[in-house]
Amino acid sequence: MSSGPALPDPVPPVEPGGSGGEDSGAEVLGQPEIARALTRIAHEVLERNKGAADLVLLGIPTRGLPLAQRLAARLAEVEPGLDPAAVAGSLDVTMYRDDLHKHPTRPLGATDLPAAGIDDRVVVLVDDVLFSGRTIRAALDALNDLGRPRAVQLAVLVDRGHRELPIRADYVGKNLPTSLVEKVRVRLVETDGVDSVRIDGGTR
Amino acid sequence: MRHLLSAADLDRATAIEVLDAAAQMAATQAREIKKLPTLRGRTVVNLFFEDSTRTRISFETAAKRLSADVINFAAKGSSVSKGESLKDTAQTLQAMGADAVVIRHPASGAPHRLAHSGWVGTSVVNAGDGTHQHPTQALLDAYTIRRHLTGTTGNPDGVGNDLTGLRVAIVGDVLHSRVARSNVQLLHTLGAEVTLVSPPTLVPVGAEAWPCSISYHLDAVLADQQPDAIMMLRVQRERMGGDRTGATGFFPSPLEYTRSFGLDARRLRMLPDHAIVLHPGPMNRGLEISAEAADSPRAVILEQVANGVAVRMAVLYLLLAQERETLA
Repeated sequence: MSSGPALPDPVPPVEPGGSGGEDSGAEVLGQPEIARALTRIAHEVLERNKGAADLVLLGIPTRGLPLAQRLAARLAEVEPGLDPAAVAGSLDVTMYRDDLHKHPTRPLGATDLPAAGIDDRVVVLVDDVLFSGRTIRAALDALNDLGRPRAVQLAVLVDRGHRELPIRADYVGKNLPTSLVEKVRVRLVETDGVDSVRIDGGTR
Repeated sequence: MRHLLSAADLDRATAIEVLDAAAQMAATQAREIKKLPTLRGRTVVNLFFEDSTRTRISFETAAKRLSADVINFAAKGSSVSKGESLKDTAQTLQAMGADAVVIRHPASGAPHRLAHSGWVGTSVVNAGDGTHQHPTQALLDAYTIRRHLTGTTGNPDGVGNDLTGLRVAIVGDVLHSRVARSNVQLLHTLGAEVTLVSPPTLVPVGAEAWPCSISYHLDAVLADQQPDAIMMLRVQRERMGGDRTGATGFFPSPLEYTRSFGLDARRLRMLPDHAIVLHPGPMNRGLEISAEAADSPRAVILEQVANGVAVRMAVLYLLLAQERETLA
């Protein structure tokens, strides 16, 4: 299902200081690792929730959205009769952020809930990187305005630590201890043409 | 974007950015809980020196839906009627901690003066000045046209699209219309072909330099051009003088105006099947638009009102969401 292009150069040019180029820094996850992590998370979600009944996967734009769609497709492989389109949705949290004034105005993403809504269902938020936890706080606020889920869980591809809020992920693709000066860059086929997770900068 | 003073200030990319943000705002207005916390703690002042119901209520609704505090200021019954100047009024409001001023003023250029004089450090949004500009009206018209004429099943709001190739006729009292001026500029920026249709007496001097064509014959335009959207302008009789019979210096009688430039059932049938009818309101039913046209399924006039809230939310968001740092 992940029919992305070939992997980038296996020996990426390591630029000291990390200038942020396309292939700078060290690759920590490639396309097969991302695929395996998502498959494992899909099974963990099913195990924890005893099936896919009442599940809603909400991806946080930009890169949480394709991850949620991939997870939904994997759930449908395991649970016959499940329609991936009816499970996956997107949740834009821009207007709920507490750091809006610190950045240039962000473009707004789409919020697109499955037709059945989220009331009394189990919502799994899906994002690419878990860092300070502030995006997830904004997502919880946004959910509050949309309905009342029975439970909310969190799935992330990468947990890089440095939480500023009491938030933790239920499903983690890879725990990635980082220093604050490093940058974690997730790229996905749907948005960037290639599946990879890289760490830039720092003295690694 | 720091201020929104004129539709001419918007380039194509900025205009599409505003319309796309408006599409997301419109989506939030379909929810049960319509309020968003985005501008919590910000203050928006509606400074209205001219009568207005729908624009003021629309701005007020937009600001409140984004959780901003709203102060309404109408010149009637205020210190302005005691002779206070625009500068003093504005500075008073600034001292009360306004983050944005939405201003409507009978004098063309008043919002520009307020924004560039250094009197206040707030964002200024032009909500109509004299016979000059009404940019948020043009944005909501463009949004409505885009949604109806470029939307597809996969992309019902036409997000990311411009209006290339669409033909829009703007009919009526162009002379007194800031809506027409703003629309000509914005629709042209977005790639539409605009035709103004008006009696020669109601075409302003210098209009031939605008990026549009001008015609004096509505029937000919409808038959030859087959416009995709037709926008009827209100005949602004309060700006025309005239006597009790309804005759003015601009046309001999209301009946004659209606015969030549009113949108009636016959002209409605001349439009192509997909065409939509817009009107900025308030309508003079029976003068520039017949009841049949105003109530037909093609008329998107009430939708324009709803879209106005979404567009103004988008404008306030883009002006105010990141502004605290630049002010501090």
